[in-house]
Formats: sequence, C-alpha cells, structure tokens
Amino acid sequence: MLKLIGSRLLQMVFIMGVVSLILFAIFDSDKFKKQIAVAELGGFAVSALSDKDYQAWLDKKGLNTPFYVRYANWVGAVLHGDLGKSFEKNEPVSGLIAERLERTGVLAFWVFALMIPLSLTFGVVAGMKEGSAQDRVTSFISVFTTSLPEIATAIFLTVIFALTLKWLPANAAMVNGWDWRALVLPVLTLVLYDFGYVARMTRASMAEVMSSQYIRTAVLKGLPYRRVILRHALRNALIAPFTIIVLQLNWLLSGVVVVEVFFQYAGFGKLLLDAALFGDVYVIQAATLVAVFVAVLSQIISDVGYTFLNPRIRFA
Amino acid sequence: MTAANIAEVAPSLPLRLQMRRPRPILALILLMWIPLTAYVMFGSNMPETTRNVILLPAIPATLALYYIAVTSWRESPIAVIGATLVFFWLLVAVTAPYLPLIDPNKPIKPFAPIGAYANNHLFLLGADFKGRDMLSRDLWGCQRVLVWGVSATLVAYAIGAFFGLLAGYLGGWWDQAISLICNIFLSFPVMVLFILILNYLGPSGFNIVIAVTFASAPAIMRIVRGLTLDTKSRDYIFAAQTRGEHPLRVMIYELLPNARGPIIVDACLRLGYTTVAITTLTFLGLGLQPPDPDWGLMIKESTKVAMVVSFSYMLIIPALSVSSLILGFNLLADGLREMSLRD
Amino acid sequence: MMTEPTPVLECRNLCVSYYTRAGEVPAVVDFNLKLMPGEAHGVVGESGCGKSTVALAIMNYMGANGAIVGGEILFQGRDMRTMTQEELRRIRGSKIAMVYQEPMASLNPSMRIAEQLAEVPQYHEGVSQQAALARAESMLAQVRLPDPKRIMNSFPHQISGGQQQRVVIAMALLSNPSLLLLDEPTTALDVTVEAGIIELIKEIATKFGTSLIYISHNLGLILETCSRLTVMYSGEAVETGAVRDVFERMRHPYTRGLFNSIPVPGANKNARPLVAIRGQLPLPYARPKGCFFAPRCDHFIEGRCDRPPLPMLEVAPGSGHAVRCVRFSEIDWTAAKSKADERPPVQRGAVVLRVEDLSKHYVVESGALIGAKKTVKANEKISFRAHEAETVAIVGESGCGKSTFAKVLMGLEPASAGKVQLGKIQLANLSVQRRDRATISKLQMVFQNPFDTLNPSHTIGGQIGRVIRKFGVESDPKKIDERVNQLLDIVKLPRDFAKRLPRQLSGGQKQRVGIARAFAGNPEMVIADEPVSALDVSVQAAVTGLLMDIQREHRTTLLFISHDLSVVRYLADRIIVMYLGRIMESGTTEEIFSPPYHPYTEALLSAVPIADTSVHKRKIVVAGEIPSPSNPPPGCPFQTRCHYMIKGLCDTTLPPLREFGPDHVIACHLESETLKKMEPVITVETAA
Repeated sequence: MLKLIGSRLLQMVFIMGVVSLILFAIFDSDKFKKQIAVAELGGFAVSALSDKDYQAWLDKKGLNTPFYVRYANWVGAVLHGDLGKSFEKNEPVSGLIAERLERTGVLAFWVFALMIPLSLTFGVVAGMKEGSAQDRVTSFISVFTTSLPEIATAIFLTVIFALTLKWLPANAAMVNGWDWRALVLPVLTLVLYDFGYVARMTRASMAEVMSSQYIRTAVLKGLPYRRVILRHALRNALIAPFTIIVLQLNWLLSGVVVVEVFFQYAGFGKLLLDAALFGDVYVIQAATLVAVFVAVLSQIISDVGYTFLNPRIRFA
Repeated sequence: MTAANIAEVAPSLPLRLQMRRPRPILALILLMWIPLTAYVMFGSNMPETTRNVILLPAIPATLALYYIAVTSWRESPIAVIGATLVFFWLLVAVTAPYLPLIDPNKPIKPFAPIGAYANNHLFLLGADFKGRDMLSRDLWGCQRVLVWGVSATLVAYAIGAFFGLLAGYLGGWWDQAISLICNIFLSFPVMVLFILILNYLGPSGFNIVIAVTFASAPAIMRIVRGLTLDTKSRDYIFAAQTRGEHPLRVMIYELLPNARGPIIVDACLRLGYTTVAITTLTFLGLGLQPPDPDWGLMIKESTKVAMVVSFSYMLIIPALSVSSLILGFNLLADGLREMSLRD
Repeated sequence: MMTEPTPVLECRNLCVSYYTRAGEVPAVVDFNLKLMPGEAHGVVGESGCGKSTVALAIMNYMGANGAIVGGEILFQGRDMRTMTQEELRRIRGSKIAMVYQEPMASLNPSMRIAEQLAEVPQYHEGVSQQAALARAESMLAQVRLPDPKRIMNSFPHQISGGQQQRVVIAMALLSNPSLLLLDEPTTALDVTVEAGIIELIKEIATKFGTSLIYISHNLGLILETCSRLTVMYSGEAVETGAVRDVFERMRHPYTRGLFNSIPVPGANKNARPLVAIRGQLPLPYARPKGCFFAPRCDHFIEGRCDRPPLPMLEVAPGSGHAVRCVRFSEIDWTAAKSKADERPPVQRGAVVLRVEDLSKHYVVESGALIGAKKTVKANEKISFRAHEAETVAIVGESGCGKSTFAKVLMGLEPASAGKVQLGKIQLANLSVQRRDRATISKLQMVFQNPFDTLNPSHTIGGQIGRVIRKFGVESDPKKIDERVNQLLDIVKLPRDFAKRLPRQLSGGQKQRVGIARAFAGNPEMVIADEPVSALDVSVQAAVTGLLMDIQREHRTTLLFISHDLSVVRYLADRIIVMYLGRIMESGTTEEIFSPPYHPYTEALLSAVPIADTSVHKRKIVVAGEIPSPSNPPPGCPFQTRCHYMIKGLCDTTLPPLREFGPDHVIACHLESETLKKMEPVITVETAA
C-alpha cells in the first residue's frame, strides 16, 4: 500500500516537472512575448516601438533570458512558495490562484454534495432490479442528461429560471458581493451533466453484483432481502462508483471552465481561460500545475481507495 | 467446465454487431464521407462547378446507409432512434447546398423574431443579431461539427488504437514507455489540455483534430490496451504465435477484429464527447472561426445580446441542435452495447 | 402401505421454461423424483440437459426470465409453489441448503468467512452473534478444515479452492438441513482434492442423516455417492432407478451410449475402442417430436419413437427402475456392448523428441517489498524421450507445470536450462520467431478450450488455409481450398463448414477444426493440451477417437497433456506423472497402473472416480492441498501430503530416481522392496 502511494507520488512529481518544463518551452515563442507586450503596452505602442526598445522592454521584463534559465529560476522560486507575478493583473500569482480556487472550491463542493447522493441512490435502485420500470426510467433520464453538453444545459436553465421565471440571476459575476442565488444555476448545470454518468456507472456495477453467484448464495441462504442488499451487495457494488466519483474531480476542472465563462463566475476555470487567451505565462503555469496536481491527486486517491476497499487486492 | 455448460448447443443467433456485407457498406460510407469532408475542408478552394456537384453522390449513399442501419438494428429501438438523429444531421450536411435555403452569412433583418416576414424573406426560426437567417445558419452549422468531429475522432482512434495494441501485445518495455506518456497526458484535465494546445497552435479545424488527438488518444490507448490484454491470452493467439506469425499480423489480423465490439461502442460515445468539445471550444473562442455558421459560434456570438426572453431563441436553437446530435451518438452507443450484450 | 414416511422432496411432472427472445424455451420437461429421508439421489447428464435447472427450481430461484410452468415440488409434503416469499426464505438455507460448482464465486469476496457463516444461524434461529460464531467455528472443524480460527478470519480469496468448498459445505450444514443440493461440487477442483470432498460428503450423509441430491456430469462420482440416480437428456429424465440397476442393466439407448463412451479400465484404444454417440444434442427450441434422442439412436423406428407422449415406463414392476423408451423391451441388450472394430497395435519408430534435464524458472516480484524477487520453478529437470507414432502422456494436477512445459516446447517461453532435441534441431532456447518454417510445421499444437481455439472473426476455411499457406504446403488458392476440403474430410466435418464462422459450430466441432489446423502442415509431432477436458463425455470419445485415427494414419508422435487418468490410460503408450514441476514417475501405461507405484501415483489412481460397478479401488485419501508452485516444500515436493513420509529424510533431501524397468522410473525415498510390495489400487472383477 505504502509502496503504491509512494510510487504514485513520485510519478506525480515527475509529471508535474515535465509539464511545467513543456509549458515554459511553449510560451517561449516570439508570438507570446509579443502578445504580452501588446496586452501590457497596447497594440499601438508595441507597433510603434523600435526593435531595440522592444528588446529592452523584454530585458526589463526578464523575457529575454533563455527559457531553461527562467525555468530553473522559477522552480527555485516555487520551492520557496513564490509562484511569480501575473503579467496581466500585476499581482502575485499565488494569491490570485488561492482566491479563485476558493470560489471554484465552493462550486465544486455543492456539485458533489448534490450529485453523489442523487446519483448513487438512483444507480443502486436501478441496478437492484435490472430491466424493471425504475431501471428504465433512470437509464432514460441519465442518457438524456449526459447528452446535453454543459453549454446547452446552461442555456436551457438560464432561459427557464432566469429569463422566463426570473427566479434566479443569469449572471454569477457577483460584482455586488456574495450571492448564493447566483450560484444555483452553475451548480445545477454541472450536477445535471455529471449525475447521469455516475448513476449509469453505479447502476452497471450494482447490476453486475446482483447477478453474481455470491448474491445467489446469500439469497439461497435464506437471508432477508434487506440484508442481502445492504450487507452483501452494496459493499461490493460501491467500489467502482467510488473510484469514478473521485475521478470526477478531474472532469470537474474541465466542466468549470465552460460554466464559469458562461455565468461569468470568477473562479479558477475562468482564470485559466483568461490567462491562456492573454498569454499570462506564470498564471497558466501555476494554474496548470494546480489542475494537474488535483487531477493526479484524485487518481492516487482513487487507486488507493480501490485497493483499500477491495480485500481481494488488499490482502493479496 | 464452466464453458461446457453451453457446450454442444451451437449458438445460431447472429451477432448483430457483425456486418453482414462489410465491403459494400464500407464503400457506401466512403461515398458519403469523402465528398462531405472535401466540401467542408477544401470547399473554398474548389472551382465553382466542382463545388456544386461534389455532394450529389453522397445523398443516395447516406440514404442507403440509413436504410441499412435501421433494418439491421431494428430490434433495438434505442439504436434506431440514435441512428435516426445522427443520420438526420448527416443528411442535412450533404444536402445543405441543394436545399432552398438563403445564404447563411447574408444579413437581412437584425433581430427578426420567429415567423417574421421581412425584406421578402420568411424567417421561420427568426434572425440573429446581424439579421442572418437562423434556420439556414442552424442547418449549415452541422457540417463543420460533423466533419471535424468525426475526423478528429478517427485520427485519435487510429493513433490510440495503434499504441494500445503495441503496449498491450508487446508488453514489457513498450508498455511501460507508452503508458507513462499516456499518464502524463491523462493527468491534465481535458479542457486544460485543449486550451493549452489550441492556444499554442491557434484556433482552426485542423488544430482541433490535433488537440482532440492529444486529449483522446491516451484514453483510447488505455481501452485498446485493456482489450488487447484480455484477448492476448486466448488460445487462438497462441495458435498464431506457434505458427510463427509476425507480431504485427497477430495484432491487426488476429487481435483487433475481436475487440471491435467494445471499440465501436466506445467510438460512438467518443464522437459525442468530441462534438461537445468542438462546440465548447468554439464557444470559448478557441475553436472554429467566423463567419461560416457553426453551433458553438452561434452561441458565442449571441450570449452577449440574447439574455432576454424574446431573443433567447438565438441560444436555444443551436443548443437544441447540438444536444440532439450528441443524444443520437449516445443512444446509438447504448443500443449497440445492449445488442452486443444480448448475443 | 399406510406407514410409508413422507418423502423429503417430491417433484411431480415438473416443467421449467426460460423466456428468451426466441420465445419460450423448455429447460426441464416432465421431471419426477421422490427422495426419502437419508437417501442420496444422483442427477446425471451432459451439459445443457437441464440438471442444474432442476436444482434451482427446487430452490425456487429461477432468475428474471425463468419460471416453473407446470407440475409440483413438494417439500416434506407441502407444495413449494404455493409458499409466500417469506416462507420460502425460512426454508432456504435452513431446511434446504445448496453447495455450488464454483466455491470462489459463491462466497462474498469482501466479507470475512466468519460473518458469512455466522449469519446463517443468526437469521434462521435468532441466536446471538457470539453463539453463531462459536457454532461456525466448530462446524469448520467438522468439515475437517485445519486451523478453523485462521480460516474464520480470512477472506475467501486467501484460502485454496478445496478449502473454499469445505467452507461452503460448512455453511450449508450450519442449520442442519434436511435436504442438501450439491450442484457439481467438485468440478472445479483437482482430483486428489475432489476425493477428499467426496469422502466428506459421504460422511455427512451418514452422520447428519441429510438427504442429498447430487448433480454431476460424472457417472463415477454418482456411483461413489448415491443410491439412486436419474439420467437426463435434453431436459427430460430418460432413465431412473437404483444405481446398480442403471449401471449394470441400463435400458435406455442414451444411457448405454453414455457408458460406451466413458473410458473405464478394460477399454483400450486398440482392443476395445470407445464408441461415441453420433450427432449432437438438439437445440432446446429445435427438439424433435417424440423421443428427443431419436435422431442419434440406432433403434429409432418411424411412427413409434416420434409419437408423443412418451411416458416413463417401469422396467420391472415395483423395481423403481423406469425408462423413457417405448422400445426398451424389444432391444437386444445383451448384444456386444461396443461395436467399434479392433485394430492392430502400432509399432513405434525412431526417437523423435529427446528432452534432457529441462528446467523453466520464472522470476516474480513478491509483493511486500520493492525489489524482493521469488523464483517459481515451473519445470525442474524434466527428461524423457518420445518415439515416432507413440503417444506420451503428461499427467498432473494444477500447478504441476504441464502447460508451461508445452509453452517451452513450442518456443513461446525460453528454457532456463537443459536440452530439447527435435530430430536434429536444438529447440530449448530457440524462440518461435527464430525457428524456420520447416521446424515450426514439424511441431504443432491442439489447444484446450474449444471456445478459444479458433479466432471468432475469421472463417474456418480461412484459418486452416492460413496454416497451409504459412507452412508452404500449397500456395495456389485453388489447391489451398482443395487441401482445406481434404482436411475437413479427415476430421469428419462437412465441407461447407469452410465458409462458416466459429460461433456457428459446437464445442466438439470446433475442437475438430483445431485438430485439422494442427495437422494441416503435416507435423511430426503434435502437442495436445487437455484437448477434450472441456467437452462432454460422448463428444470426448468422438474427438479422442479422431485424434487417435489421424495419428495412426500419419504416424505422428502425440504428446498428450491431461489431468484425467482415465483418458490417459485409454490412449497413452507411455505416461509421465508430474507434481509441482517435477517428474514423480514415468513408465509405460501398464507399469504406471500396476505396482510398484510412486505414492503420488497411488493416491491419484485411488482418487479417480470410475463409473464401473465391477471395479474395486483401494481407498487412499491424501491429506491437504497442493502447495503453491511459488513456495514448494523442501525435499520431496509430495512430502506434505504423503502418508509414507519419512521424517528427516523426505522433508530434507530430494528423492533418488529408482529404476524398475527399461523405462520405468520412480522418484521416491522408499526402498525398492517396499514399493514392489504395494498392492494394486484398481482391481476389476472378472465375472461376467
């Protein structure tokens, strides 16, 4: 077990190292340097700059040193907890990321808080009796909701709840301070999309367990149905959904980009997209590393959890 | 002895995922696909006359394929509904130039509501903020999503499947190296990877293909690798090995055909994901570029102006269209899976 | 008359159907059975005959698409079909208990054995958890599991297959049921382990007075455990009666066909070849009218056998022996049992294969610590020779290394040490990629699993043709087709099978194609890895017969790998007995089956169930389980289970090889005199 965790952590450090190096190499191109200059000084000013002045500006910004040198410096700084400065917003990246992560964290918390109980309940109930009415209804709902991309769900929800019924604000920029009502639509959008996937996986896992021979043994032992389901089936059926739910963290980091951009919610995803469009290297760098860190960490938790929940592997 | 339980009872029900006449069907698919791809990817560089006729042969091919799909999958209503949705958009894509539609890029009357008649034109689905006909834009909009989506999925599949076969079949060093590279890509959240790649390469259809390949091929590789490991220990693979067959031949001729069931199902699902990805990326401004109509683009352009009930059709129409196509792919995958499990 | 006790279980005209897309498929038709207290009743038949469905119908557990469509099941006089779910639940596991075919799959993987056992008395008798656990532990001791405390605390995957099955049996016995259903309880186990389980079952029956229904495909096991039996065919009972009556005076053509295709002592590939039943089992929805066996029966008469209904007819009034055959009284049952021709024995030729001190070791990582490696000795110092036209059999239970040996020979795995000489070529370290075409085509293989042996995506003709082209037998497409047709003729399959896909063939037919494929390149030597173990007995006979015929014709050397001593005795000229990677004994078939024996051979012979009432066996039950090949005991590998074990010798040093004949070698510490004094394990009554 420790060996597994250790090797996965090592792998994570390796991957993050490779990723950040690649990122530095990518953003070393002239195009991006120019982009930064345009964004900072204005397009007019940049085109008016002589080549020499431009180079001088690059020197001043520290962009003229080779990327591997900058990379080495950056790694050293990161190890001291300094993630660099945003070119666009001219403030420390660490503070920016922390603030945005917190907002996305709130969003993610509510998504999971709603999605997990909902999808597990539906999935288990559907999988208990394969082919029954409850199974068919759940399957239909989940195929339908997973087929709506986040962007479409966001549109439909906005048109219904914000524009027509006017119950909730369509915009979650929250310029006038925190407003929980603005959070409802983004959360619902993500829950609707993800619910179907997890419910289907849970259903498949439950259905497989219910048709297994040890469930037959449990029934033919004369155990009450409740005991068969709660003690014999659930424990085995929830192993697979557990790993899938943890891996949803990775998916959520993709999902939030669209939702945050659509609803103007100033979270991590919007930060990443803005930084990418702007060419704000240190922000992208840090945001990507945070994203990769979360993703790999969720993979490790999922792997370790699977091993832990599964006695067949734990006591091999 | 477990296998013996079904021993002497020879199964006679045909496996429905098995195509009965693979060659003519393949020919029909090419007849539909090549003109459509050529039209969308290189249409602007074609002489006017070629451009006008190139899609003609694709129309009967599409209809024939739809007929074949419906008749051979008729016992799964889910698959038939899925196929109907997908083929509806395919048919629209190949017939768009011949339909009585007005030029989708021509501004006529901004904000014309649904059913309005203005400037000698009936706006069945209204007009957008520039006055372009929504119906025309919506129908033309399916072409680019379909062509780029399917091409991207195909390329990703070719590459992912090849490496999956290599890693699974050869094992050892090959497996370690390929798996490590895939793990690096898989540690990115998909959207982050898309944003990075498209930002680096610049937004365009071809670059979407590259981005989708980077984002999907590692996952495909994992699936194919798993299927390969499953199949690898079968006796018929040993039989081929003991005949001294070349590893490449064993992989492509002996292994791959037996993994096609799960691969087809997964490919349908993945077509759905790719469609979502393209629409989303275009919405974020990283995908297909104006002026030609595209669903993601229509949403992107309208979000700033359509946040009022009376203009919400500008968002709802493309959102419904893209959802119906994805629903088609997903239902098709579901139906095919159900049929393959039944046999 | 009045005082006849109530039967424990009575099935009257039971009919069970499954509902599939193809419509209603009758799985069991008109099944009758009366089981008295303390009685053991066998249900025997080949796969697809509905025997397991009978067990599940008695438990009233039919799944979503099955249903009892007619008849009654009376348990202690009450019809189970009228019981409520709650009443059924009270009976299941307490009054009627069941033991399943696959013990591993039947136990919950994520629960400790203690809890799985204790819940039976807890839920049926409401006893406290403490008391339930105590009872569970004492029951584990009663099913002769060593160290019950440790097993109570284990998860199912941590104990061996034989131990798992003992746990399942203990679970079934915990509430002292009056009826125990055993559905192929030993099929997944090795022979020596099986023998222990059978002993236990017999012991239970007498000790607890439990009535048994024993479902099996193996007539030998039924003979050992039951007093009455029912033979089933295609969903119908065709013959029922006391075991002795059915075994010695069977009156149904199918039963006789079944017995004729079983290799019992006395059958011999030259003097008394087996007779297979021709044709194959009808599909459940394509059964003929009248007698289901009619298309395969030699005694079929139109107008009589195809007129339903066919009732069960009593052979002699009051005997309880009944058959479903309208013509049983007209058939001459004394006519020669087997009609196949006698043939002259084949003279063996020159040496083809010479294996000397071959070893194959694997290095595996041993979990816990990084870098810790363990060596698994899959084969250790294997030496033997095989001659032209000879059949050499390698016999052993799981983990003995017989399949690894085949892989080394075929060049899929390199040998760790030793030599393999095929003709003039040294094969030990020549991987198949580096062997030339001629060498590869000289050595071919027939595989075990008929469902795996052919590629499901390509036609039969394409697959055989590929071998012909690959080995350069022919290159012209026309000639290849011709050769494919010839090969299909040789394996007695219709020529139009060339265009078919494997899924359109039955198991036996696939195995025939596998044989055709192996012989397509005119090999000198064929390795057959358990080629018939997954097939039903009647099909087994046909496939072995075919293999023997082709071998005889082509004077091929056959290396026959098997766990089944009966089959091996029937067809092998020489036998090699392996245990945990080492050769324990080798010699001619005659020498192996008569003393002196290696103690392991002796135990194996005693463990094999034989379906012949005239055969007597000396009972030798070996203790324990086969050790893991990755952790073999020191000294003689068999010492942990051998009852001749000499402390201080067998557990420290490897036994010497003792020669008893030109070819007969035994690896044992026992003195030659002691070995020679052993009594034969199997004796056949020579009367009638």
